[in-house]
Amino acid sequence: MFSFELLLDAVVIGVLLGCFYAAVSLGLSVSFGLLDVPHVAHPAFLVLASYAVFFLNEHYGVDPLLAGLLITPIFFLFGLVAYRLYYETFERRGSDAGVRGIAFFFGIAFIIEVLIILQFGVDQRSVTATYVGKAWRIGDMRIPFRLVVAFGVAAALTILLTLYLSRTYMGRAIRAVAQDQEALRLMGANPIWIKQWAFGIATAVLGIAGALLIIVAPVEPTLDRTYIGRTFCVVVMAGLGSMSGTLVAAIILGVAETIVLTLFGASWAPAISFAMLLGVLAVRPQGLFGRLS
Amino acid sequence: MKRNGIFFWIGATLFLAAALLMTQIIGNQYPFFAGYVILQFIVLAVAWSILGGYAGYVNFGTSAFFGMGVYTAVFLFKSVGAPLAVQIAAAAVIGALMGFALGLLTLRMKGIFFSIATIALTIVIETSITNWRYVGGAAGIQMQRPAVTAPFDNYVEMLFFVQALLVVLAVASSRYIHNSWMGRGLQALKDDELAAECTGVPTLRLKLLACVISGALMCAAGAPAAMYLQYADPTSAFNLNYSVSVLAMSLIGGTAHWAGPVVGAILLGTTQQLLTVTISSEVNVLVLGVMLVLFVVAAPEGIIGLIRKVRRNRNEGEG
Repeated sequence: MFSFELLLDAVVIGVLLGCFYAAVSLGLSVSFGLLDVPHVAHPAFLVLASYAVFFLNEHYGVDPLLAGLLITPIFFLFGLVAYRLYYETFERRGSDAGVRGIAFFFGIAFIIEVLIILQFGVDQRSVTATYVGKAWRIGDMRIPFRLVVAFGVAAALTILLTLYLSRTYMGRAIRAVAQDQEALRLMGANPIWIKQWAFGIATAVLGIAGALLIIVAPVEPTLDRTYIGRTFCVVVMAGLGSMSGTLVAAIILGVAETIVLTLFGASWAPAISFAMLLGVLAVRPQGLFGRLS
Repeated sequence: MKRNGIFFWIGATLFLAAALLMTQIIGNQYPFFAGYVILQFIVLAVAWSILGGYAGYVNFGTSAFFGMGVYTAVFLFKSVGAPLAVQIAAAAVIGALMGFALGLLTLRMKGIFFSIATIALTIVIETSITNWRYVGGAAGIQMQRPAVTAPFDNYVEMLFFVQALLVVLAVASSRYIHNSWMGRGLQALKDDELAAECTGVPTLRLKLLACVISGALMCAAGAPAAMYLQYADPTSAFNLNYSVSVLAMSLIGGTAHWAGPVVGAILLGTTQQLLTVTISSEVNVLVLGVMLVLFVVAAPEGIIGLIRKVRRNRNEGEG
């Protein structure tokens, strides 16, 4: 039954979960929020990263977080190539780019799903590490250690990315290219290269986010479908491209999910992020922290 | 146009006659099982392209409409034992209402926002059905096929013919829209919605109308599926694979002409049927993904676009 303790429990877990949602959404916040790429394959790349981490952990006993770090450079290069491909085939040609861009990324997501199934099968996979499975007890509250780890890494990742975008030359260039590509071109910078770099960063972040994903819960090949809702909900609610907004929106989603879960049961959980997304899109499409254009 | 119309209706009649003849001659049930799925995909792809192709609004909610069709049929059959025709008609009405609601909800959304909203709608509806015990909940529900009516020998043959009728209905609607003021209006709003609005195209009404027609056809196509499978469960009825398959079929065929989705659905639908039987359903999804990416990158206008290009080049060569 409903009680205050239960609610408090849900809120604490929700905040931790929310930070994790922020970590998995950061990349999309850059690629979709700042660069306007309709990147529906973002969660598929996330799950792919999880499986890479699983592979390293299972076969070489690498710590999941370290494995996540190890695959970031590969994901970075991957992102560079993917954006170039996207740019050459869609943005430069112009006509109808929206429709075909979305279809393109959906196709990519499907290909990734099947390749994972063919390689690893449809079973759930999880990693082993000292911090997976244990829990902290504070009074009656039980806080899983894996959530705390995810929380810490997610917070660090958000802060780092925010600093990168606001303090460094390249970071500022990325934000500038999102606002006015032509102005940047006139100032002698190459906007396409900057966007490509930004997409690389957005994909690289997924390496670590993928590690968090498989630390927080076991993964399966079609998990990306649920995360389409979560990541897009966070990014849209945050108001495209706002990093701090991403954190707040993700926490709202995390708390909403755990509260609904506690009150109504797990069978309603998949719909929450999508319902919130629908609500935000219908009522306030510019997001909670977005500017009115 | 006039002569084209006569040819079209002669073709449609021949198609229906052939479908009916098939049910009378072929004793083996398998061709109808496979053929039914391909016909179902033709209806879905044609319906999708009314909104997605003509108006440029990429609807990922095909599975929402299809699944609603399935569950409208399940509900009506379980509660009052309604016959197939009633199930389909009711599904069409529900689909039209859903399309209208979708249109109203997403009026201000464009591009990826619209697409994401339609995925969201799918998952929200799927979750609601999963939590609705009466129609089976998450576990799904068994369906008993009622007795067959003459002239068909078994229920699958009848479903096959019914789906063939829906194909003709869908293609005729799509063709009518394509050739009428509606098609031109939708094309205008696809190219530039603001400009279309300024020149007096009633973009809002057109969008809603496209949503309603497209939704009604998709839902109607889903209604017989519960009887076809003799089973319905939310995960497969609302599977995102329907949305992506249908999108792929339309884009592969070409969205600029009403025949595009038909060509794409026949081609990809047949390939999928063959692959599922001969290799596996995973490889089938892989082929779907690869074909989608390849066509989107290499042949943006689809097969119809390629044919047009070849024709144009030949004409130029002669002249």
